[in-house]
Amino acid sequence: MNTAKIEFSSCSENEAFARVAAAAFVAPLDPTVEELSDIKTAVSEAVTNAVIHGYEDSVGKVFMELSISGRLLTIEITDYGRGIADIKKAMTPMYTSKPRLERSGMGFTVMESFMDSLSVKSAVGKGTSVLMTKRIL
Amino acid sequence: MHLSFKKLRQTLIVSLIGELDHHNAVTVREEIDRRYSSSGARNLVFNLEKLHFMDSSGLGILIGRYKIVSAMGGKTSIALPSSYTKRLIVLSGIHKIIPVYHSLDEAVGGDRP
Ligand SMILES: Nc1ncnc2c1ncn2[C@@H]1O[C@H](COP(=O)(O)OP(=O)(O)O)[C@@H](O)[C@H]1O
Ligand SMILES: [Mg+2]
Repeated sequence: MNTAKIEFSSCSENEAFARVAAAAFVAPLDPTVEELSDIKTAVSEAVTNAVIHGYEDSVGKVFMELSISGRLLTIEITDYGRGIADIKKAMTPMYTSKPRLERSGMGFTVMESFMDSLSVKSAVGKGTSVLMTKRIL
Repeated sequence: MHLSFKKLRQTLIVSLIGELDHHNAVTVREEIDRRYSSSGARNLVFNLEKLHFMDSSGLGILIGRYKIVSAMGGKTSIALPSSYTKRLIVLSGIHKIIPVYHSLDEAVGGDRP
C-alpha cells in the first residue's frame, strides 16, 4: 500500500494544487485521461467546499490523505471548520447554502458520479471529512 | 485562466482558455459581465474549446450569465465543450436551458444579419 498525506492552508490557490497533487499520486497506475479528469474534479469539489463552506472567511488547515492499494485509490479530504448540520440535505443535487456566491449546488453530485464511492462525515462546529474511492481500470 | 472576447453583430463570444474553478470564478464572472454590458451585444456564446478543466464552480458561472443575458432578452449558448466538460454540463442538466453546439458557427448561428 502506498500512502501520502498533505496539509495545506484553505486558500483558493490550493484548489489547483490539491487536484494536481492527487493526479500526480495516481500517475503510477497509468489512469486514462478520463479517469484523471474524474479524480481532479472530485478533489477540486471537496477542497473548494473545505475552503468556502468549512472555513468560510477564515483560513484553516485542509488535510488530504491518499492511498493506493492494488488498483484502488482512496482519497480523504478533511477540514476542521464549521461542519454540516444536515448531510442528506447538503448532498441533494442543486442544494447550496450560498446561492449569492453563484454556487451551483452540484459539488457532492459531481463527487458521487465521478468517483466509485463517496461518504461524508461531519459534526457542527467540528468539521467535515469526505472519503472517496475509485478503482483504476 | 485567460479570457478573449469577440463581438459578431449582436453576439459577444467569450473564449475561456485554461482552468475554471472557484479560485478564478470571481475574476472571470466580473470580466464577462463588464464586457457584456459595455459591448452592447444581446447574446452570449461561451467558446469552451480551450477550457482544459472545469468543476461545478464553472456551472455556477454559466447559469449566472444565462440569467443576466436572459434578463436582457438575449440568448446564451455553449460551443465546443470537451467530452469531459460536456459530461459535467449534462450531469447538471444545464444543457436543457443553455444549448450546446459542436461548432462556433452553429452557436452564433441564431444571430444572422
Ligand atoms: N466542508 C464543508 N463544510 C461545511 N459545509 C459544507 C462542506 N461541504 C459542503 N457543505 C455544505 O453542503 C452544501 C452543498 O455542497 P455542494 O454540493 O458542493 O454545493 P455548493 O458548494 O455549490 O454549495 C454547501 O452549500 C454547504 O452548505
Ligand atoms: Mg461545492
